[in-house]
Formats: sequence, structure tokens, C-alpha cells
Amino acid sequence: MYKLLLCWRYLRTRWIALASVISVTLGVATMIVVNAVMAGFSHEMQTRIHGILSDLVFESHSLSGFQDPAWHMEEIRRAAGDSIAGMTPTVAVPAMLNFQVRGQWVTRQVMFIGIDESSHAQASDFGRYLQHPDNRKQLSFGLREGGYDTVDSQGDGPAPTRPALEGAGWPHRRMRVERERLWRERQEDQARESSAAGPVRPVDHQVDAVLAATEGEQPPADDDSPADDKAPARADPFRAARPEEGRRMDPAKEQFTGIVPGIGLASFRDSTGVDRFLVLPGDDVKITFPTAGTPPKAVSDTFTIVDFYESKMSEYDSNFVFVPIQSLQRMRGMIEPQTGIPSVNSIQIKLRPGADLDAVRNRLRQVFPAELYAVSTWRDKQGPLLSAVDMEMAVLNILLFMIIAVAGFGILAIFFMIVVEKTRDIGILKSLGASASGIAGIFLGYGLFLGLVGAGAGLALGLAITWNINSIRTAVEWCTGERVFDPSIYYFFRIPTIVHPGTILWIIAGAVAIAVASSVLPALRAARLHPVEALRHE
Amino acid sequence: MNDAAGGQPLLQVRGVRKSYRSGGGTLEVLRGVDFEVEPGGFVAIVGQSGSGKSTLLHLMGLLDAPDSGEVHLGGQRIDSLSATRRDRIRNTEIGMVFQAYHLLPELDALENVLAPLFVRYSVGQWLRQRGDARRAARELLERFGLGGRLHHKPRQLSGGEMQRVAIARALVARPRVLLADEPTGNLDEASGSGILDTLCELNREDGLSIVLVTHDTSIARRADRIVRLAAGRVEIA
Repeated sequence: MYKLLLCWRYLRTRWIALASVISVTLGVATMIVVNAVMAGFSHEMQTRIHGILSDLVFESHSLSGFQDPAWHMEEIRRAAGDSIAGMTPTVAVPAMLNFQVRGQWVTRQVMFIGIDESSHAQASDFGRYLQHPDNRKQLSFGLREGGYDTVDSQGDGPAPTRPALEGAGWPHRRMRVERERLWRERQEDQARESSAAGPVRPVDHQVDAVLAATEGEQPPADDDSPADDKAPARADPFRAARPEEGRRMDPAKEQFTGIVPGIGLASFRDSTGVDRFLVLPGDDVKITFPTAGTPPKAVSDTFTIVDFYESKMSEYDSNFVFVPIQSLQRMRGMIEPQTGIPSVNSIQIKLRPGADLDAVRNRLRQVFPAELYAVSTWRDKQGPLLSAVDMEMAVLNILLFMIIAVAGFGILAIFFMIVVEKTRDIGILKSLGASASGIAGIFLGYGLFLGLVGAGAGLALGLAITWNINSIRTAVEWCTGERVFDPSIYYFFRIPTIVHPGTILWIIAGAVAIAVASSVLPALRAARLHPVEALRHE
Repeated sequence: MNDAAGGQPLLQVRGVRKSYRSGGGTLEVLRGVDFEVEPGGFVAIVGQSGSGKSTLLHLMGLLDAPDSGEVHLGGQRIDSLSATRRDRIRNTEIGMVFQAYHLLPELDALENVLAPLFVRYSVGQWLRQRGDARRAARELLERFGLGGRLHHKPRQLSGGEMQRVAIARALVARPRVLLADEPTGNLDEASGSGILDTLCELNREDGLSIVLVTHDTSIARRADRIVRLAAGRVEIA
């Protein structure tokens, strides 16, 4: 009884001891915040990785793929039974994406992925990451008549707007075609008027006005670098094919095969967080990719951008270009001419909620020979990345726990002081019949109380910081003028956080255990004091 | 002369020796002391400083163990018991009062008086006994004229008041013997004689056995019997 009473009284009268647990408080708060933010990032990352990868990926080792996806899907369904929720075939090949920005050809190395527009959304979260609201409902590779989001649909805060997407789609395409037509006429006029007198200088206010209107915030093109598909384009080898196509189809009314590139391929984010677009839905690009067969030959074709894909995983957003699978199979020669049976690279499999990922993978691995097929879960695919994040979290936790351990030594020192200060009281208690273990219990209990107070305060502080981390970030940015969380580096606009109750429990248990452990030595010392000497102590 | 009529002594010390190591050599404080307190007796132990009278009191109060010899309480040898049993006897059978009061500064007067019961009871037992214990403690304090100072902390009390709180604390557990170590040593004459009056009254009216240690023979005269201690031995008076 006296133990509790005295613990409580000491807690209320010894403020210096509370000072010693401030470091426990700070340590616990930091651990909670760091864990919440790391878990938030990790979760965001996993959702996005998972969003694009589907649960299981069944793929061939060869670029040419395997024939007859329908038969394979039947076999997979027979092997994995009822745990499969959806399947979709895909064809993925490395390719080069070429597009023109202000007269310069930009080439990007990409992964060119043929997807089945009707079934792909069943196997992954692909649809969620598109920029047109209708495409998010049901993907179509047809160009839309405007209506693209100018605000990031995934940012739940005041996300920077994307004014450039305002006119994207058919209006942008018509505008561009009109501009090209004007430009061509102007060139022809000039060529007729000044046969060989001086260089061609395209100073045309009408064209500039159109440019300014379409390009929005971009500064008007200056004279020496004509905007878009202009003078240098004529020297371009790809250009040769264009006039014939142009004659066959009216670009203002028709489109090439639709593609959905990752948003990172077509834009960059400036330091104010606004996305600047190099090309827009409605623009045409060229893609060079290998054909099926041995050895593969490179072929090129023209495609029209119909939407952007934004998973917020820069690795995907700056690498993936999606195209209808039938078009890609046809262009690569993956359809058997006699039978019309297509080939695919891989089959994306989505499992029912609660199905055991690894078990299904292992069953499929038994059925399909490993020499021909690779079956992997999305975790297998991103194993190194995920384990790197886990590792990072573990190291951080160890380091932060060290802080709390250091706080333990502070408690140890202060407790020794308190035992010395309370020597006489310990003698008094012993003269009243208190046992040695009872005296030790006072100080152990005191350590426990202090640990609980410190950890409790740390919990409150940590949760307060975690729940307000974005306001705190804004405040810090406002005070220092420095960007703490640069949206041009991260694709999230807000710092994601997840609070796991289990983690918090561990942190608090650890902190309290350290506080109790560091009061063991002082408590033993107090218990061993000789009552007569303790009573004489002044 | 030493034995009360018809009975065993309440507290008995037989051939007790005690030495302390100090510096290079050993200091023999008690060199074979025999001493008895009869039930209801009031014995004063007098002697010069360093004569070993406080050490003798500590041995009787089980705060220290003798090198040789025995301490008996009510016919039972108590100095050789286990630590737990000795803690128990200290808590229930023996009340101690010290020169420097030795109150716990964090507790108020009432709580200080209750301290032996806090030590004795677990939380559950305390919750059951709380009412009786509080009433007993309050009655003791009121008897000692401290009814209005129940919730004052020791630092708010005068020396005499603190010593009366300490006596109340020693009595709350209803001990068989009260050991007082220079209880008036830190007090002025008036407060000191007040404390002595209280002790005499307790001895006379409640039949409490008291052992009083003092260096002042005028104080010792208030006791029934005086034992002189010199150089670690009982002097035949």
C-alpha cells in the first residue's frame, strides 16, 4: 500500500524526475511519427505497386511470348480453382517513344504494354489512375472530346491545377491540325514569293496568336525555334510517311491507335508543384518496338495519346506506355496467320480477397514448367524495393530506440540521486517494518509510473504530430521558406501516414520497460541500505 | 528487584555484544549487556554519548543485529528470526520514537501516523481497514492535541508537534513496547516536558511498556527505573 502512495507522492513532488523522462517522451513521439510516416509511404508504395502489377503475374521468358492465352487462362483457372477473381492477358515489350517538343525530337525508353481494355481493370487498379473521369469508369483507347481533369484526382488537398489539360483531347488536336495547315500554307506562300532571297523567317502574328492560345502559359515560340511540328520536321525521316497518311485520313477528325503513356513521360513538375506538359492527349507520337520472331526487327508506328496514366510511382509513371493488346499483337506479328490464334507475354491474375497469394503461386508453379513460365507475386516482383523499405524502417527504429535507451541512463542517474536524498525516509520505512523488497518496489513502481507518464505524453505528442503533419509541414515551409516536402520529387501532395496500434503498443511497452529496467539498480541500492545508517543520514 | 512481581520480563537482552569497524580497528560499543523490561515498566537508559545506549535501543528494535547475545520479546527470541519475521515484529510489536522525529516529509500528519498500517496492509486490506485505521489515528492525534493539524505536512509543524505525531505513529499499531531514543533531545524545555508528560501518561494509564534513552538524568528520573550504561556495560547503580 505504502509503495503506491509514496510513488504517487514522489511523482507529484519530484519534478526533476519528470525532466528525466522528457527524453523518453521525445523518443516515443519521434518513433510514433517516423513509424507512421514510413508505414504511410510503404503503404502508398505497395498499393501503387500492387495497383499496376495485379496479384500474380504469369509470364513467359521469351519476348515473343506464348500462344493461345485463352487456353492458358483455362488451365490456370483449372489449377487455381476458385481463388481467381479475374485474369487479363498482356504483352510487354521494351520500346522507344519519340515525340516532338518545340521542334526537337525527344526519345524516351519505355515499356510498351498491350492491355485488354475490357478486362484489364478487373485484374489491377489500372483504371483508377487515369486522368479522364470516363476512362476511370471504363477505359477506351478513343480520344475524348475534352473533359480531362485539371486537378489531380488523387490529391485530396489543394493540389496544384493542371491548366494545360483543360483543352486536351479533340479540341487540342483540331487546333494543332489547323495550326499545321496554316503553317504549311504560309511556307508555301513564302516559297512562292521569295524564291531564293534570304532564309525563311516565319514571323506570323496569326500563328503566334494561335500558339499562345493553345499553349496557355508557355511563352510564345520565338522566331529561331518554331514551335511543334515545323521546319525541322521536314528533315525528319519519319516525316516522309506522314503526308500519305495525312492524305488517307483527316487528322482533325480521326486518330491513330490510342495509347496511354505514363504521366511522367509527358510532363515534368516545376518547383511550384505545377505540372508542365510536353505533349497532351490529342498529340501524335511515334513508337519504335521490336517485332516477334528471331531476331526481332524494329518497327515504328504513329500513335495518338488519349489519356495519361498516373500511379504516383515515378518508376511506372515514367516508364509505361499502354496500348490495346490486339493492335500490338497485330503490329508485332504475334497472331498466327493461318489460325488467328494470338500470343501474349504474360497473364495478370487477380485473386479473390483473402486468397493465399503464395499458395496459389506455388500451385501454378507445379502445373506450369519453370523452364517455360515464370509465376510470381507482386511482392516477388518488387521484393528488393519492399525489403529495402522494411530494412530502412528497422534501422530507423533501432536508432530511435537508442534515444530512449539513453533516456534510461538519465533516469538511472536521477534515481540514484533520489535514493540518496531519500535515504533517511528509507530508514524510517524500514524502522516501521517495511521489507527490503517493499522498498525496492517503491522505486521500481516509481520508474514504472515515470515510464508510463513519459510514454503517455510521447504517445499524445506523437499522435498530435502525426495527425497534423501536413499542417506542420506547411507551417515550417512558411516559416523557413524552404520546401520540406518537395512535390517535384515525391508524387504525393500530402505526407501519407498510417498509425498501427500494434506498433504503438510495442513502442510504449519498450519505453516503459526501459524506464523500469533503469530503476532496478537504484531500487536495489535502496533496498540494501542499512536501517541504522539510513536513519543517521542527514 | 529487576523482575516485576509474578512474571516473565517483556523484553530481555542477554549478553549482547556489538562492535563496529571504524577506520583501522574495531570499536566495541556493547560488551555484554544484560537488561530487562517488565510488562508495563518504564525504564530509562542513561549514559554518556558513545556509551552504546542508542545501539542497545536499535538492537532491541531489530534495526540492527548483535554480534553475540540474544534479544527476547515476550519469551521469544527475536534477533535470530528471518528478515520477514523481524520486519513483521518491528511493524506490529515495537513502536519507535527518534530524536529527529523522522516523519516522512511527503505525507501529512494523519498519513504519517497511518504509515505503519500502510506498511502492514496490502491495497485490498487497506481499503477494507481504512475507516477503522483512520479513526484510530485521528483519535490518537486528538488525544495529543493535534486534532486541528491532521492535514499539515511535517514542515508546517513545530518540533513538539512533530514529536507528538511521531509518538502517535509509534502507537497506532498498538505495540507491546515503545522505544524512545532521546525524544526530547531536539526540543526546548517546555515542549520536552510536554512530551515526557505524554509518555508518563501512556505508561500510567495505558500500561504501555516504555524504554527511554537519554543522556539527561533529570529526564531519566521520570522513569520507574534507571539503567546506567558506561563503556558498553551496565553500571550497577
